[in-house]
Amino acid sequence: MYSQYKLQDDSGLLRETASQTAGPFVHIGLALEIAGFASRDDEIWETLAKDGAKGERIELVGRVIDGNGDMVRDALIELWQADSEGNYISRFDNKQAFSGFGRSACANDGDFHFYTVKPGQVDFDGKPMAPHVNIAIFARGINLHLQTRAYFEDEADANAACPILNSVPSVTRRQTLIATKESGGDVPRYRFDIYLQGDNETVFFDF
Amino acid sequence: MSQPYPFFLPRDRNWQPEAYTPGYKTSIARSPRQGLVSLHRGSPSERSGPTFEGLDMGQHDNDLLMNFRTEGEAAGLPIGERIVVHGQVIDQFGKPVPHTLVEMWQANAGGRYRHKKDSYLAPLDPNFGGVGRCMTDGEGRYRFRTVRPGPYPWPNGVNTWRPAHIHVSVMGPSISTRLITQLYFEGDPLIPQCPIVQVLKDVDAVDTMTARLDMAHSRPMDYLAYRFDIVVRGALQTYFEE
Ligand SMILES: [Fe+3]
Repeated sequence: MYSQYKLQDDSGLLRETASQTAGPFVHIGLALEIAGFASRDDEIWETLAKDGAKGERIELVGRVIDGNGDMVRDALIELWQADSEGNYISRFDNKQAFSGFGRSACANDGDFHFYTVKPGQVDFDGKPMAPHVNIAIFARGINLHLQTRAYFEDEADANAACPILNSVPSVTRRQTLIATKESGGDVPRYRFDIYLQGDNETVFFDF
Repeated sequence: MSQPYPFFLPRDRNWQPEAYTPGYKTSIARSPRQGLVSLHRGSPSERSGPTFEGLDMGQHDNDLLMNFRTEGEAAGLPIGERIVVHGQVIDQFGKPVPHTLVEMWQANAGGRYRHKKDSYLAPLDPNFGGVGRCMTDGEGRYRFRTVRPGPYPWPNGVNTWRPAHIHVSVMGPSISTRLITQLYFEGDPLIPQCPIVQVLKDVDAVDTMTARLDMAHSRPMDYLAYRFDIVVRGALQTYFEE
C-alpha cells in the first residue's frame, strides 16, 4: 500500500531509489563531531585499526579539489578495504581490532584522515589485485557519490600487474589512483588527493 | 579463494542523475568531465561491504523527539508537527534487505540545521538535534519518529527554496548498493521548483523520493505517518564463480 515503487519497463524489476546530494550538512547525520555534536556511544569514524590489529599501520590522508582548484571542505569520505591478509571483514565493530569500513571528513584542515593498516592482496578471477582501498566521495554539488580506488606507490610491481589498474584505458590517468608516500608521521603516511575535474581528474569507477 | 559475494544489477545511469547539472550550480565545478571507468560486475572489493550488527545503537537513536532533549528550564519536546517516517528497504527484485543501516538527518521545523555552518535566521530548537539512525528488522523495515522539517532558502538562484526534506542514507548488502537520497513529502508545491530535485530527468525518479501520507500508520491525537520505501540495487540470487 502507498508505496512509491516504480517498475522498470516490462521486466518487472523495481527502479532503484533516485540519488540526491548529501548536501553541506551531511555531518549532522554521518560525522557528528564535525557538525558540533557530541558523538553517540558508538560511531563509524576514521580509525579502522586499533590496538592488536594485524599488519602494517598506515595513515591515509588526502583532500578533494574541485574544478576551480578549491578544496571541497564539505566532502564526506567513506573507505572500504580488506585486512592485511587480503580478507574482507564484513562485520563493522568498534570492539574489534580491525574493521574494514570507516568515514572521514575534509572539514578541518581540508584533509580526510584514516588510521588503518595496509590492505593485503585480494584475488579477482584468479589474479591478485594490488593492495588498494575503495573510496566513496559525498558532497554538496555531487548528485550521486563518486567511487574510486587508492593504490600505494611503493607497490610498483603489484600495481603493474593489477587487472583493475590495467583496465583503465589511459595509462596516464592510472597515475591518479596511486597514493604517494609522505615522510614525517609516526607511521607511513600516504597522500591521495582527489581531483574532481581538470588536467589531473581522478579516475572514477562505475560498478 | 572463492568469494561468496553476490553480483548486482548494474546501476542505471540514465535513471540516476548526471554529475553535471548546471541548474544546480554547485555541480558545475564538482562534476567529473571524463567518463567513468566501468568495472562491469565488479571485483570482490566492490561486491562486498560492511554489516552493522556490531554497531551499538542507543535507545533513542531512531527517535528524534527524544534524542536531543535538554535538561533544565528549556526541557521539553521539539517544536513542530509530530511525524513517523517508516518503510521497507527492498532490492530491485522486491526482496527485503534485513539488518541494514539506515541513517537520516534533517533541519528543524523552522528549516534550520543544527550545524556550525548553518546561519539561516530561523532559530535552533533546544530540544531538537536532527540526526537519527536505525537497523532494518528481519523484513527490511525501519522507523523514525521526528518532526516534519521546514523548507529553507539557499543561494542557488535569487529566490530558491528547498522543499521540506529528510536526508536518508542506506548501505544495503554491499558498497555497490550504497545510496544517499532525500525524502520529500507528498503534495509539497516546492518539489517541482527545486533545482536539486530537477537534476532528475524523469518525474518517475522524483516520485521514488516522495514519501506518501500513510493514515493507517498514524496514531490518533499523536502523530501522522509517512511511508518511504527504499529500493537498492538487486542482488542476483544465483551466480557463477569463474
Ligand atoms: Fe538539506
